[in-house]
Amino acid sequence: MATTIRSTDPAVPAGNLMLVATVVMAAALAIAPFVGFYPVFVMKALCFALFACAFNLLLGFGGLLSFGHAMFLGTAGYVCAYSAKEWGLTPELAIVLGTVASAALGAVVGALAIRRQGIYFAMITLAVAQMMYFFYLQTPFTHGEDGIQSVPRGKLFGLIDLGNPHAMYYTVLAIFLAAFLLIYRIVHSPFGQVLKAIRENEPRAISLGYDADRYKLIAFVLSATLAGLAGATKAIVFQLASLTDVHWSMSGEVVLMTLLGGMGTIFGPVVGAFVIIALESYLAGFGEWVTVITGLIFVVCVLAFRRGIVGELAAWWARTRG
Amino acid sequence: MQALFGQLLIGLINGAFYAMLSLGLAVIFGLLNIINFTHGAQYMMGAFVAWFLLTKLSIGYWWALLLAPIVVGALGVVIERTMLARLYKLDHLYGLLLTFGLALVIQGLFRNEFGSSGLPYQIPSELTGGINLGFMFLPVYRAWVIVASLIVCLSTWYVIERTKLGSYLRAATENPALVQAFGINVPRMVTLTFGFGVALAALAGVMAAPIYQVNPLMGADIIIVVFAVVVIGGMGSIMGSILTGFGLGVVEGLTKYFYPEASNTVIFVVMVIVLMFRPAGLFGKER
Repeated sequence: MATTIRSTDPAVPAGNLMLVATVVMAAALAIAPFVGFYPVFVMKALCFALFACAFNLLLGFGGLLSFGHAMFLGTAGYVCAYSAKEWGLTPELAIVLGTVASAALGAVVGALAIRRQGIYFAMITLAVAQMMYFFYLQTPFTHGEDGIQSVPRGKLFGLIDLGNPHAMYYTVLAIFLAAFLLIYRIVHSPFGQVLKAIRENEPRAISLGYDADRYKLIAFVLSATLAGLAGATKAIVFQLASLTDVHWSMSGEVVLMTLLGGMGTIFGPVVGAFVIIALESYLAGFGEWVTVITGLIFVVCVLAFRRGIVGELAAWWARTRG
Repeated sequence: MQALFGQLLIGLINGAFYAMLSLGLAVIFGLLNIINFTHGAQYMMGAFVAWFLLTKLSIGYWWALLLAPIVVGALGVVIERTMLARLYKLDHLYGLLLTFGLALVIQGLFRNEFGSSGLPYQIPSELTGGINLGFMFLPVYRAWVIVASLIVCLSTWYVIERTKLGSYLRAATENPALVQAFGINVPRMVTLTFGFGVALAALAGVMAAPIYQVNPLMGADIIIVVFAVVVIGGMGSIMGSILTGFGLGVVEGLTKYFYPEASNTVIFVVMVIVLMFRPAGLFGKER
């Protein structure tokens, strides 16, 4: 029995439309700071969009629901912030180091978690992430509740000063677009097709000779790595690595972004991340109502809106075109 | 030595709560195939109902033991009928996502109302004081919690494994369609089972209220530990859940004595080790 979430296949429109949409998205993001959008907000949303895209690679295309993805975001953030601040690494090296740390963690956790399926997979990733949370809470280098503060943005390749907001913005945008295209490529590669086959019917994929566990592990590591890239970038942008990023509520948030935007769609997580980040900054002054509303969105999405925003749009598009 | 026994006692108390909560999760999972993420929130609500009964209506602990599970269980029934019942035909992960969202809503509402500092709940007068056992001092209330939760767990085990009602339940876990064909109202059984599992969590919440403070977040942290307990035990057997719950509580208590730095993480470490050698859990069956 396949115990995985099925994506909505009409949500993968033809290549041309994808190309147009990608170009439009890139252009809109490139001019966003000049048409009144607050760059810090867009950068935050981009980091989370990348995080959600990485998560979606695992859930939407691999059918594996990780409830502990915050550990990859947070681990990369800590390693990146520490190496930039204490060792004085240039930002690109710090980001690479952070990403590599998450990839390594992903390999270990993935090897463990794929031993079980479905609900157990979710519980195992959640439990391991909680273990990592306590580790970061207690270990000295993270400075516990304070986090690693005032991380220097430094000079990209020793040349470009990221203290300049525009330089920082376009660096983040470049990282996001590169990762986005990479994910697109992965999903549409033979590897991605096999992954989808395993999601739909694992025993059949195995009987066709595919080593399902190996594919799942690779997907897990890829997802962890890209989530790490998001976390490391975020640490440089906000000059901070803190416990918030490894807490279970962060793992829940990325699930929500993906679910709301549309899991198994390429653009869904991006849309979901922008909506949720906008909502959070709008509701920032209302205390715990953020949690309540986040929870309500979860409930509504699961009960009535399972395809998510992009999934519904794609289904509507497919319907109107007959 | 005194300290060791003290930690062992705390371990047993925590174990009692792990056992009751993982038992409820296991019963719900067995029939509904849903992992109830609101379990922690329902445990918290149990404690709050007890607190509300005492401070607003002057209804004491003993009535709370009965009323809180009924109130919270009834809410659980409403959740099952109005929301979860729509998801049974879908992937099981949607149940997890829905209950996670509900947990956020419930915890957020309680935090808005009560803040995040704890509210005190008095130990009932019949259970105050303690007994000096010579090697340690045993507070009566803590002894009561251990004994009471053992009784609750064992009677649940008895009902499910040894009675006719329990045999229907076990049969429906194996093959709901067939059991329904024999004229048993399976949807109603599913609803009541969910209500029962939730009531068990609320009962644990009432019992926890005098020990830990009544706090909107009291369920959020324990539920993740209970998930690990469930993974370690495997959800295949009722007795397995009980034994794993108590056992891990003791392991945690011992760690607090011998290596306190690891006491937060020891259960997760055990989970990792168990997964490496017995992926299905200690008492679970590979499905």
